[in-house]
Amino acid sequence: MKARVHVMLKTGVLDPQGEAVRHALGGLGFDGVEGVRQGKVIELDLADGTSEATVTEMCEKLLANTVIESYSIEMNA
Amino acid sequence: MKAAVLVFPGSNCDRDLQVAFEKAGAEVSMVWHKEAELPEGVDIVGVPGGFSYGDYLRCGAIAANSPICASLKTHVERGGYAIGVCNGFQVLTETRILPGALLRNANLKYICKTVPLKVQTSDSIFTRAYNAGTVAHIPIAHHDGNYQADAELLAELRGEDRVAFTYEDNPNGSAGDIAGVLSANRRVLGMMPHPERAADAGHGGVDGAGVFQGIMDALVEA
Repeated sequence: MKARVHVMLKTGVLDPQGEAVRHALGGLGFDGVEGVRQGKVIELDLADGTSEATVTEMCEKLLANTVIESYSIEMNA
Repeated sequence: MKAAVLVFPGSNCDRDLQVAFEKAGAEVSMVWHKEAELPEGVDIVGVPGGFSYGDYLRCGAIAANSPICASLKTHVERGGYAIGVCNGFQVLTETRILPGALLRNANLKYICKTVPLKVQTSDSIFTRAYNAGTVAHIPIAHHDGNYQADAELLAELRGEDRVAFTYEDNPNGSAGDIAGVLSANRRVLGMMPHPERAADAGHGGVDGAGVFQGIMDALVEA
């Protein structure tokens, strides 16, 4: 089974990389891009039966730094 | 006085830190990240700069979960001293030994230059050799030194006099111009600038030597 974890900077934490991407899109002529937030996607290959609670623990302990990042989990992705 | 310097794959300031501790008169052991225990009788642990684990996932995140960091946490919980410089500061925030987090510099650039820092407090072993308000010139060399602290944390750090150093000319977007912070018990310091790179006349400056001399003087007196 697979799980997919999305990690994003929390709302309110300035994302300088996202801001640079927004500027670059403007430079390419894409008007109206009002904001860009850049995050990461982590795909996990898991033994069958691994619980979402276990993946949550992985996020809390390592995959996300919850001081600045939020995460969401898709099981059986 | 016994110091231990942790060494991770990708550390590159470990020997500089060792030399700075030795110059101040400490006996230094280098400790590989796979060791489960710090050497017996260590007074202070140095977490060096560099690119531990290639900065994979987040700077300092993998190192923070290495076996030796469990021992570092125990050392700190027992009231032991520690200093983390640059990547070492990132490791200390990732272990949650120090509050806040370090993000990519606001201008997205790697910055390597000597910067003026204001010593905000002389009330710690790390800063006792300086008068509060002194400006010290110490090099920075980082891509991810943008210290994140929300209003509540900033108020707490300031209220408890735990901001050790601030940038005179904020290079990286850090909240409150913060370059270095102390733990609640004042025994752990994390800072992005490199005092060990300004600790010998051959470095082109000695403004960082006071950090190591202060540690030495305090721990020898103790």
